[in-house]
Formats: sequence, C-alpha cells, structure tokens
Amino acid sequence: MHIIIYGIINSITLSLISLGFTLVYSISRVPNFAHGALYILSGYLVWLFINKFAGFPYPFAIIAAIGLTAVVGALIYRFILIRIRGMEISEIIATYAIGLAILEGLRWGGLRGGTFTLPTFMAGSVNLFDVSVDYQRLIIVGVGILTFVSLYVFTRYTKIGLALRGIAQDERAAMMLGINSDMTAIVSLAIGSALSGFAAVLLLPLGNIVVETGYNVLIFAIAVCVIGGLGSWGGTIVASFVIGFAQILTEAFISTHYQMVVALLAIIVTLLVKPSGIFGKQKELEERV
Amino acid sequence: MEQMRKERIDRGLKVRTEGLYAISSYREILYLMGPRLLLIVGVLALPFIFELAPYWKRVINIMFVYALLALSFDFLANYVGLVCLGGAFLTGVGGYFSAIYNVYLSFPTYLAIPCATITGAAFCTLCLIPCLPLRGVYFAIVTLMYPLLFTRIIEALDILGGTNGITGVDGFANQYVEHYIIILVVIGFLFAMRRFVNQDIGLVLRGVKDNDQSVRASGIDVTRMKILAVFVASLIGCFGGAYMAHLYMWAGISLFALDFSIIPIASVVIGGGGTLVGALIGSFILVPLSEILRAFGTFRIVIYCIILTGFIVFKSEGLMIFMQRKYHQFERWVKV
Repeated sequence: MHIIIYGIINSITLSLISLGFTLVYSISRVPNFAHGALYILSGYLVWLFINKFAGFPYPFAIIAAIGLTAVVGALIYRFILIRIRGMEISEIIATYAIGLAILEGLRWGGLRGGTFTLPTFMAGSVNLFDVSVDYQRLIIVGVGILTFVSLYVFTRYTKIGLALRGIAQDERAAMMLGINSDMTAIVSLAIGSALSGFAAVLLLPLGNIVVETGYNVLIFAIAVCVIGGLGSWGGTIVASFVIGFAQILTEAFISTHYQMVVALLAIIVTLLVKPSGIFGKQKELEERV
Repeated sequence: MEQMRKERIDRGLKVRTEGLYAISSYREILYLMGPRLLLIVGVLALPFIFELAPYWKRVINIMFVYALLALSFDFLANYVGLVCLGGAFLTGVGGYFSAIYNVYLSFPTYLAIPCATITGAAFCTLCLIPCLPLRGVYFAIVTLMYPLLFTRIIEALDILGGTNGITGVDGFANQYVEHYIIILVVIGFLFAMRRFVNQDIGLVLRGVKDNDQSVRASGIDVTRMKILAVFVASLIGCFGGAYMAHLYMWAGISLFALDFSIIPIASVVIGGGGTLVGALIGSFILVPLSEILRAFGTFRIVIYCIILTGFIVFKSEGLMIFMQRKYHQFERWVKV
C-alpha cells in the first residue's frame, strides 16, 4: 500500500515537473533547457517575497513569483530565442546557457546551504490505508490532477489554447489562418515557465531550495519527456507514472541512490526499443534515421 | 539620397595563392604559411614566454586540455551535427581509465595514457550508441545526463575510490614534458582533424549533418558514420581527461565537473564554429579569462553563459571566421 500511494504521489510530482518542458517543446519545438533554472528561480522568488519583503502574504507571493517566472520565460523567447529559431544547435546551447547562468548566478548570489525553505500549505498528516501521508503531498496530487484537467480544457476550448495546438500541429497552415507564430511561441514559453514555477511552488515546501535541484528537475523532466515521446502530453503523464513507480520500487527494494540511474536506464531502453517514446506518433519517421 | 552598399572582394594575393602561383614568390608563400606558422610557433613558445610566471604555466596546460575538448565539440557539432553537452563525460572516462591502468594495473604513464584514450573512447562510444540512430535533441539530452549519472554511480557504489577518487597516479617527468605532450597533441589533432574533415569521409559526415536521408539513399549507413565520428571525438576528449589525471596525479569525480562541458562549448561559439582553429582560439581567450575571474567563484559560469548567449545571438559566426574574412578580403563602399 505504501508503494502504491507514494508511487502515485511521485508520479504526479514527476508529471508536474515535466509538463512545462513538454508543453514548450510540443508547441514551439524549442527544447527549453532552462526549465530547471526557471523552477528554482520561481521557488527562490517566493522565498524572497516572503522573507525579504515582510508582510507579503504567502498566496500573493506565490502568484507574483509565478507571474514573474512567466515573464522571464517570455523575455527569453522575445529577446534571445526569436533570433535563433530553427537552428537546433544554437537553441540547445542558448537555452542551456541561460539556465546555467540563472542557476549559477543564484548560487553566487547566496543560494547555498539548507537555509532556504518554504512553508508547507498545511501542516500535519493523515492516515490513508495505514500509510501516513502529509497534507502537502495530498495537495500536490489534487492540484496536479486539477492542472492536467484545466490544461486539457484550456487547449481545447479557449481561443489561445486552440491557436497553440494549431501551431503545434502544422505551423504553416496555422500561420495562413492568421495565427502569429512568434506570439504563440512567446505564450507557450510563458505558460511553460509558469508551469515550472507552479510545480516549484507546490513541490519545494517538501525540501530545501538548492541549486542542484534545478539540474535534477531538468534531467527528470527530460527523462519523462523522452520516454513519453517528446512533445506528447498523454505520453508525458504515462511516462511519469512508469518512472515514478520504478523509482519508488527501487527505493523500496534496492537503494535511494539509484533513482537517477533508473531514469537514465529507462531513457536508454526506450531509445533502443521504441525511439519515438511510448506515445510519440509520427515522430518515428521524423526523428529516426 | 545616394545609397551605398558595402562590397567585399577577395584580395589579389589571395586569388594568386590559390593556384600554382602560390610558390611564385616569398610573399605568396608567406601569405599562406604565415598564419599557420604563427599559430604553431606561438603555441610552442608559450611555455618559454611564461617562464617567469609559474602559476600561469599551470594554466597553459589546462588551457590546452580545454582546447582539445573544444576541438572535439566543434568536430561533432559542426561537421556531424551532434551537439555534445557532456564534454565532462569524455574527460571523466579518460581520466578514470588512465588512473585505473596506472594505479591498479601499474602501467607506466606513457603507456597508460594512450591505452586510456583508446579504451575510454570505445567505452564512451558504447555508452552513446543507443541515441545515435536518432536525430534531434536526443544526443544532447543523453550526453547532458551521463556525467551526472556517472558521478552518482561512483558515489553510490563507492567504487574507484568513491568521493576521494583514485590517488597516487604517476605524474610526468618534468614540467617541459608536461607542457609539450599536450601542446604537440593539440597541434597534431588540430591538423589531423583538418585533414580528416576534408577527405571523403569528412564530406560524408557533413552530409549526415545536413541531409541524412540523402546519405542513406547513397547506400551509406548513417549510424555507422555517426559511431565513427563519436569515436574520433571521444579519442580527443579522453586524451584530455587521461592527461589531466596524470597532471593532477589524481582522478576523482571532479573530472566530471560542469566546467569541462560548458567552457569548450563557449570557446567554440566564440572562436567560430566549424573552423576547428576557432576552438583553440576561443579557449585561449576564455581559459585565462576564467583564471582571472577565479575570485568570483561560480559567477564565472554566469559570465561565460552571458558571453556565450551574446555571441550566439549577435555574432554567431565567431571570431575566427571574422578574422579569416578580414585576412582574405577587403571591403569598400559602392553605389547601388
């Protein structure tokens, strides 16, 4: 029972982490290697708002931080990525460099040690089937599911969402119908960054805000996305359940140290067996030589 | 208003040196040989120039290691189209292999380094094979993960000395051996790679980068070509790692450090991608800069990243291509 409950929690966590990355990649084809950095940035911003500007209520701090992260994402696209769009090598290097600059800049600016923590939303824990689960983790599951549903609704029933899907499916046809490609890419980066910030706000109260988490988040996000098929949303969720349970199982039966190893092994096996990922559709033609 | 535009024309000297007239006078010969000789002689003279500054003499060694890594990155990214975000993986593997040979199997230094280079390169290639049949960002992703993964594995299993690393690796005989091994290898690899990419196989590799479907249509196995290219690039990187293990007389998880991944990339972008020499020049600029900035700690990485992004966005051709243009061509304003 312990494995099932924590497996579900871990899976939802992973899919929250990777949702932003997959959204950006599926819409604008930009592999956003700054994802982990934006995650930490937003966590740090919340911490900053609460502790440095006294009297800032927690919910407002969260909203402000997520908003700022979204703006940062949009600015990254507007001023940097827009100039190198379509040049894959440059895109990867530029986003990776931006991510590193943010992370190492934060480390230099004093983000070191275990002193940076966010308060949990609700203290205490509850017993579910004889397994003690704290409220924060329950909130993560609830809010996570809510996020998936609202994203689904957003992309299918709102005008912006439909425009995003249009660009993702066929950029030229969408442009002919009057959808501005750069504008949607900016929006997608903003939403992707906001999602990573959202994940940070939900997940960081469980631990400390440290720079290394940024790298781990990036790696897990990429692992989930590759396994699920880059750019496929359903695949992302399925893949996060696969990796999530695999991790909990290794933790229970082998050792905690191997979590990262499991993620990488999963990537390699997926690439060998089905390179387009679990739910990648026409990708196989596109990516496989 | 009269409109003007800038026109670029090849210098007469350049045109003359393209054919047999290249050997018609010393001026032509000098025009061709000058830059190359300047590089070779300058690089060989570096240890003597810094004779009185022992600290900077250490920096020279590291600078050339980074130059090797940059060369390997440049080759993979601009001639084969594979972006390797994990140069640290190559140095780490090379360094550990060399340390294993030297300490556990007690090979002498000058045997351990070549053996480590070759076996390390084979090992790296083997690790990277799963993502080679694919196009797109997969290679970048997997190479980004490997250094971190190996750090974790070594920490978790506590093998190969764990977090302390393998100590007691033999060093070099003296300082000049230290310098000239790496300098000669860098020059050797530089000119060897220039040759390599201009031969038939280099042409095929460039084909793999630009249009792999057409390469496949010509009956050439794309994956095999990529494996070959990765092996060659890993040779270069693993030599750098193996050399470093002997230079520091130690192999530890810091051989997988982020610096070995990011500085070579920045050097290539600054120096000019696809020129191979540019990779060297970039690291000759960046590594001393990073030594000067050592007091700032991790802020160094921020500075590289800013320089890197700036160059990618505003001057993506890099310094080397810019200098080549100035050397071969002159510019003038003409009426439209």
